[in-house]
Amino acid sequence: MSYITAENLVKIYGQGEAAVTALRGVSFGLESGDFISIMGESGSGKSTMLSIMGALNTPSSGRFLVEDIDVYTLKQEQRADFRREFVGFIFQSFNLIPYLTVVENVMLPLTTLSIKSSKKRVLALDALSRVGLSKKADRLPSQISGGEQERVAIARAIVNQPPMLLADEPTGNLDSKTGAEIMDLLRQLNDQGMTVIMVTHNLECARYARRLLRMTDGMMHEEDPVNLIAQAECLTGQVGVALKVAGGAA
Amino acid sequence: MTLKDIAFKNLRRRKAKAGFILAGILIGVATMVTLISLIQAMTHDINHKLEKYGANILIVPKTESLSLTYGGLAVGGVSFEMQEIQEKDLARIKTIKNAANVAAVGPMVLGVIEVAGHRVLLAGIDFQAAKILKPWWKVQGSNPGDTGILLGMDAARVLNLKPGSPLKVNNRALTVSGILESTGSQDDQLVFTRLDTAQAIFGKQGRISMAEVAALCNACPIDDMVQQISGILPGAKVMAIQQVVKSRMETLQHFLKFSYAVSIIVLLVGGLMVLVSMMGSVRERTGEIGIWRAIGFRRSHVIRIVLLEAGTISALAGIFGYLIGLGATKIAVKFLSQGDVLVPFDPQLAAGAFALAVLIGLASSIYPAMLAARLDPNEALRSI
Repeated sequence: MSYITAENLVKIYGQGEAAVTALRGVSFGLESGDFISIMGESGSGKSTMLSIMGALNTPSSGRFLVEDIDVYTLKQEQRADFRREFVGFIFQSFNLIPYLTVVENVMLPLTTLSIKSSKKRVLALDALSRVGLSKKADRLPSQISGGEQERVAIARAIVNQPPMLLADEPTGNLDSKTGAEIMDLLRQLNDQGMTVIMVTHNLECARYARRLLRMTDGMMHEEDPVNLIAQAECLTGQVGVALKVAGGAA
Repeated sequence: MTLKDIAFKNLRRRKAKAGFILAGILIGVATMVTLISLIQAMTHDINHKLEKYGANILIVPKTESLSLTYGGLAVGGVSFEMQEIQEKDLARIKTIKNAANVAAVGPMVLGVIEVAGHRVLLAGIDFQAAKILKPWWKVQGSNPGDTGILLGMDAARVLNLKPGSPLKVNNRALTVSGILESTGSQDDQLVFTRLDTAQAIFGKQGRISMAEVAALCNACPIDDMVQQISGILPGAKVMAIQQVVKSRMETLQHFLKFSYAVSIIVLLVGGLMVLVSMMGSVRERTGEIGIWRAIGFRRSHVIRIVLLEAGTISALAGIFGYLIGLGATKIAVKFLSQGDVLVPFDPQLAAGAFALAVLIGLASSIYPAMLAARLDPNEALRSI
């Protein structure tokens, strides 16, 4: 049994003639410590897949299991606990709370835990230092750059050390240099044992992953990430960069 | 970092919205406090005035009377077996259970005298007790001594007498010591003298016609006192003079009920404002709630944040609403009442206002809080 198992997942939005099928029987297995990139066109079902993996979106049928926990048999509040313990979310638009400081945003997942505030702060500062932002802990999100906001979002996702990190277009709102820094950071976290599942349609980002799952019209199939090198070369013409990334991903 | 911190920081960020909600409850609480405090102050004022109001218990001789018809014609009631009250018996009033509530006992002997061809009623009274029993009396001249008399305003006019004028009553030479300023009561037609002087004139030494008792009436059991005095003076009829008081108190009670009704309406409007504002706030924060839920906040955590915010604002509205209501009452009583009326801090009303404010704030926020908790986190995140 894999660490993460999807069994014949189907997701249909709406009813009757207005029904839209986002997932058409998706099955796969992921091991702990994997770095997965899910790629696909807009509307292919990759975001639906990510939300189901994040225990946020109940599938119409099928099962989704993590560590043998059948996530969607859990009650609402148990699923919230599951998200807190198992899942770290990194959103495309960072989704920081604007009236909380950087360190307070990172502390959010610890808010509901019965540990001392001082301990929460220590854990949050530790997470911030892992993303290189400990010096800006007391600033508001509006006082730091987009790349730094993404780092804060990553720090918030890892502060309670979840085994699974879900990233939805993590570099979507960043320039290429900052995007590469964020991807390096995700790679480091994966090297430290965290399972990273990333939705992207950026080839450069996808090549950081060890495995590539492609979504097409609600169906999923696995591709060899090495194929992406040729695609990236074709698109960018930057052979050196492609080789360097491919070497890193090997 | 706790749920409380999130709630407080959000309130600080959304000062205008928080202020709007606060104003909604504050106006309701302040209105309620003002109306109730005003009535309490006026009731207190009436009670206070009652203490100055003078006699509120009357002791008269007990009589037996018969309704008589003769030859088919009603000839009215016939009184018989009148039992006179002995002056010394009044001392027993000091022995009743509620003696501490008795401010003064004023014996009075009454009789008709003839002065300059006019028949007038002479009242022998205790002028020391009269100071308490009739505090509104203003005398031009002075209170009478052994041979002095005090004339009611109308009596002085009819008899054409003024202070210093001599007169003879039953061959006893007396002098007008003063004239009572108009009181608007039967006192204006009377002639007053000292009790012992009047008793001597009428030959009723040691006996009195009636007595007035002033009881401190602020929550004193006036009916109980009537019973107690009746018990120690079996030959006397004891009556409470309380019709006027009762009617004024009833008016205030009606006004109190009206105030409660107005307060409830204003508070309901305040509650509605909270409901609408909190619903708006929840809608504005859909994305934020989605983030909370995505990172593992339970529904109950979301409800607690919303209710903490509402509870904090409501508690502040309760405190400031009470203080503003108290201030408004102090201003209002200056216009509505003559003299100094005390508007004291009422811990019960303060606690009630606080509790009601929090209750309304929380009750009005339960639905928005439930709405927030029931948001689909996936949908909420897509709204960002």
